[in-house]
Amino acid sequence: MPAAMQEDLSPEVMLAFYRRLYPFKSLFTWLNHEHTPTKQFINREFAFTLAGDVYLRYQSFVTADEMKKQVCQMNPTRFEIGPVYSARPRDRKTVRPTAFQPQLRELVFDIDMTDYDSIRTCCQDAAICARCWKFIAVAVRVLDSSIRDQFGYKHLLWVYSGRRGIHLWISDAEAMELTDEQRRALVGWMTVIQGGKDMVKKVNVRRGAAGPLPPSLQAVVDSYLKFAFPDIILDDQNLFSVRERWEEMLKLLPPGKVRNELQEEWDMDSERASADKWQDMRDAIKSADSKEKSTLKLVVQDIVLQYTYPRLDAEVSKHRNHLLKAPFCVHPKTGRVCVPVDPSDIDNFNPEAVPTVGQLLQELNNVVTETEGEHHSDWEKTSLKPYVDMMDKHAQALMEEVRKTKRGADLSW
Amino acid sequence: MFKSAHRKPGQNTYASQVEKYSTLKYPHRLNFYDRPPLDDITIEEFEICALDRLRLLAEIESSYARNRTWEELKQVALKQSEHYLPLNSNTAKNKNIEAERRKDHIGHFVLRLAFCRTEELRRRFVKAELALFKVRYESDDRAEREEFLQSRDFGWDAVDDAELKMYAEQLAAASPPPMSQAGGKALEKYYKVRWTRVPDLVEKRRVFLKGGMAYVPAREQSSIIFEEFQRSLEKSLQLTLKHLPRLDEDTRIVPLLDNLSQGFMAGISSEWSSAPEAAGDEITADMIDGLARKHFPMCMRHLHESLRRDKHLKHHGRLQYGLFLKVLGLSIDEAIVFWRRSFSTMQDDKFNKEYKYNIRHSYGLEGKRANYPARSCQQILTSDTPGSQDSHGCPFRHFSSENLQTGLLSMYSSQGLGASDLLEVMSYVKNGHYHVACTRVFEITHSSQGVKKGDGVGNGESVTHPNQYASRSRELEKSSESVKVEGDGDVTMG
Repeated sequence: MPAAMQEDLSPEVMLAFYRRLYPFKSLFTWLNHEHTPTKQFINREFAFTLAGDVYLRYQSFVTADEMKKQVCQMNPTRFEIGPVYSARPRDRKTVRPTAFQPQLRELVFDIDMTDYDSIRTCCQDAAICARCWKFIAVAVRVLDSSIRDQFGYKHLLWVYSGRRGIHLWISDAEAMELTDEQRRALVGWMTVIQGGKDMVKKVNVRRGAAGPLPPSLQAVVDSYLKFAFPDIILDDQNLFSVRERWEEMLKLLPPGKVRNELQEEWDMDSERASADKWQDMRDAIKSADSKEKSTLKLVVQDIVLQYTYPRLDAEVSKHRNHLLKAPFCVHPKTGRVCVPVDPSDIDNFNPEAVPTVGQLLQELNNVVTETEGEHHSDWEKTSLKPYVDMMDKHAQALMEEVRKTKRGADLSW
Repeated sequence: MFKSAHRKPGQNTYASQVEKYSTLKYPHRLNFYDRPPLDDITIEEFEICALDRLRLLAEIESSYARNRTWEELKQVALKQSEHYLPLNSNTAKNKNIEAERRKDHIGHFVLRLAFCRTEELRRRFVKAELALFKVRYESDDRAEREEFLQSRDFGWDAVDDAELKMYAEQLAAASPPPMSQAGGKALEKYYKVRWTRVPDLVEKRRVFLKGGMAYVPAREQSSIIFEEFQRSLEKSLQLTLKHLPRLDEDTRIVPLLDNLSQGFMAGISSEWSSAPEAAGDEITADMIDGLARKHFPMCMRHLHESLRRDKHLKHHGRLQYGLFLKVLGLSIDEAIVFWRRSFSTMQDDKFNKEYKYNIRHSYGLEGKRANYPARSCQQILTSDTPGSQDSHGCPFRHFSSENLQTGLLSMYSSQGLGASDLLEVMSYVKNGHYHVACTRVFEITHSSQGVKKGDGVGNGESVTHPNQYASRSRELEKSSESVKVEGDGDVTMG
């Protein structure tokens, strides 16, 4: 992305962005769940990254306006959101350490393209293209549907991280209250790909060697991964046309006749298209004897999982006090704004079409400004609007939920 | 009530039980400790109850530290229980059940006072108490256990037949019945609870989840109970902590409590925790290559070689390796030299900004200035499982068997590990005895210094900490060197 690299992110640009564009009000309602400031916002930690990589933790604010004032004054390159503590973070030195504990926190997930480096051929490291995005799209669909169906959470906000990943924030009351132990359990439930660089087989989810897949994973394979695998891995990435990659895949088969034959066959024609190789394997399995066949069929399912199931950065989700970059921040390398993403339209999301700061300020300059003075919701005049609207709609649902529980409590009284 | 009457049809026994129960203050052997003891207690009793329970808990904790299996731990705990804190079932004759249970009750509450004070103490206390409860639960008489469960509300709903039918397939796949029961038998009972009540089952995907409810089969019911025990104990400890300042003026009890909590801390050796080894053992950045070749366990050698190959290590790798080197005796200045040289392709600026702080942090010189201990085998095995790009972890656990065998041969063949030894090492790995496998590698590679099979890292102990491995290896080298020096003095070898 050579164009993005030259994005102007000088302090002046950032300040203009915070003063005129950043939707502090929306961020406030999303975190606070109500109109009047509550503990959920007042006791919330924010951490600022200032120019020169100075990191400032334990910032907290009472209102959205106060937050805006402070952000404009410090002008951070970005800021992160932490947990709700039992006291105001900025007062933490005045209370006993035991009275300053993290209490609430959205359940968050982070999916990053680097975890896919070993199974993508189009880009490496920080680079991302529309083809890589397909991996993310599958991950979003799988995670979104699994969490809604299995855990029953409703308030999921997906946020593009500005470069090569995506974040998920879950704000349901129960999700906010999860302990670290419960978070770890949930992550364990969601994690399928395990083992480091030196582990060949990274999927071990069956009970016993030949047991069925857990029902949650079976459902995911049937409704998403079964289609994603041929689409992304075989056609789009054509992963197995690279010797190193198909050898890796072949190692997942149990040693035996089928594996040896395929090895020999592909040795002769290493660059044979992935889809053809996959067909070779299916044919070979079909003609294998019945005992080998049944194990191989399970192995094929495991391979599909290993290549398409979401790869989570588990550490982010496990602890309440982990800090995660706030929505609508600007990515310091690409200049793109971290905007909310609609999971039902994830396939059509194009990371390269996300507005950059420069572009947004340009749009503002093109609008003739009639009034002078402080600007509050100038984002309405730019292409940031649909994204802020999405956030507001999400926050609206959260406020509705709080209203309902309050009314319920009143009745029972 | 109807149920228990049904199970024991004899009129007489039923009547006698009612009578017994009405007089018994502690009707069950198991206790959830929902209510504190309210009688008068002498100060002596106060102390004795607590000390005896403490001994038992310390034994449990050291079992965890020594990586004993659950069965071994259970045996140890039961044996120690008999000695310090016997607890018999209702059917036991000639035992003063009432007094035993009272002692159990008082001891628990005294220790709550002693251990509610810090996060660390609370965590360890809860862990040990939970283990003790589990041991007792598993060894309890079936009928009595059932009665105990009836006596308290655990907040579960039985799953009705319609739902059982609807999800039959998923339920069977999520928690397959044990082999002996498969097929034929009537539908098993299931209980529905919020998933947050059974995190351990969720983590291992051993239940069926729908809309936030976990469908727990009857045989996993204990999970709900254990979780409830842990949760209520944690909550009570927080409450106790809040009320503790009121005790401050009691000059009889406070010193006693201080003693107790210190006893628990000391009960478990933390020899490999933080302090660098004895003075004079300082090592420098230049020595590490040589030390790694001769003395490091496989996890650390792998990290070292990854670092040399990639000129970089990911976060957890740096942490695992860095803390190990710290405890090995690498000073902070040498550590910075070492890491700076190792990241040879990195710009100075980037290193100073992004890495130096973390290195200093791990030496307790930044941030909250905690002196972090090096990771033990147990931590390496169980926490921070390596992701797909990571190099840390335990090779015996986190490598595929092919990579493990190749790795073992390439790293240790110069020290006498041959292909013929692999079979034995791999058999331990297959059974999940990773520390045994590692210990065996130690024995093989140190056989020239007189270490025999079964010697382990001294006195038959197995490896529980990477630093233990390395320092034992260095000790052996030193003692064999000094033998050589003496030998040279006496005779000149031709």
